[in-house]
Amino acid sequence: MNDALIPYILHLADNTLVLAQQNSAWCAHGPVLEQDIAVTNISLDLLGQARNFYQYVAILIGDDTTEDTLAYLRDVRDFKNCLLVEQANGDWGKTILRQFLFSNYQYLLYENLKHSNDEQIAAIATKALKEVIYHLRWSSEWIIRLGDGTQESHQRMQHAINELWMYVDELFINADYETALLKQNISVDVSLLKNAWYKKTGEIFSEATLKIPENVFQQTGGKQGIHTERLGYILAEMQFMQRAYPNSVW
Amino acid sequence: MLIKNQQAKIIRPHNFILMKSFIKKYYYGDIPEDTSGGEVINITQNKNENNWPLWEVFIRSKQGLDHKHAGSLHAADAQMAIENARDVYTRRNEGISIWVVESKYIHASNPDDAESFYEPATDKIYRHPTFYNLPDELKHM
Repeated sequence: MNDALIPYILHLADNTLVLAQQNSAWCAHGPVLEQDIAVTNISLDLLGQARNFYQYVAILIGDDTTEDTLAYLRDVRDFKNCLLVEQANGDWGKTILRQFLFSNYQYLLYENLKHSNDEQIAAIATKALKEVIYHLRWSSEWIIRLGDGTQESHQRMQHAINELWMYVDELFINADYETALLKQNISVDVSLLKNAWYKKTGEIFSEATLKIPENVFQQTGGKQGIHTERLGYILAEMQFMQRAYPNSVW
Repeated sequence: MLIKNQQAKIIRPHNFILMKSFIKKYYYGDIPEDTSGGEVINITQNKNENNWPLWEVFIRSKQGLDHKHAGSLHAADAQMAIENARDVYTRRNEGISIWVVESKYIHASNPDDAESFYEPATDKIYRHPTFYNLPDELKHM
């Protein structure tokens, strides 16, 4: 059972870690002070979720694995995050959009995951759900403000949608380890989240006067460790210090 | 007081240009529509930000009864103001309730009136209930 459990939790952890790392790049570069704080708060929330998941995996693996070795010493092929979270920050609109698409997914995921038979996963999901509710609310409102805003903001939002849409479907395709854990009611069948996700997205987008693109070829592979070029750069920056100066501490 | 105000209002023509270069002190309540808060010096602000009004934020802590003034922020509307206040002023568990009010709706007393407003009350001890003799039976008053 551990064969599927560990990759599953790593997948959950990697999603949050990569997005946290990406959002943190906005620190001191936000368009407005309060939004700088908002996006970095979200980054910290996600990092907290990542730490919870990694700590659990470290316990399951035993030996001298720690949350840090999992975060800093695994290479691109071992990361199981979905492709959406590793896409570039782009402008403020694209960051908001990426956050919305992901938080919408996380909300539905954690809503179900808090009923998981695995107590630890359920506990983490219950706590994280409160954070995600705010992430979803915050990003939804920005989508509406930017989409139904000026001509420039509308164009930028629509452009961001066109750029990110090919990474959406992967969220709703179960990986092998997700399917394997369904029998014990540990994981969530993400394919069942798709309708609710599209419904919410549709509501927000229509209020924002934005269009969902059609017939977009969907990229996959992130959950299996096949990533875009982006993850290499993200990990290089994140892991450099630990790899160059092993066992260094603050 | 009246005479003082009247004298202050007289603007000599040759002083006019000089007055424009002074930094104006804005009291809450008389902030003109086209500037945000009391800021007169704007360094680099893009066009849109000048349209975001200033909001005052009040936070009530878990043990508290009243909302205390915590600071101010800019936001486009009330919804954003509350969320910004949540992000900026409650991230270290400072509070459980938020009030936001647009700064232009707060009216404050003029410090120049302090003398006539507050000093007369300092020597009127008969207004305090200290001379009232309570019967011993009333223990908790």
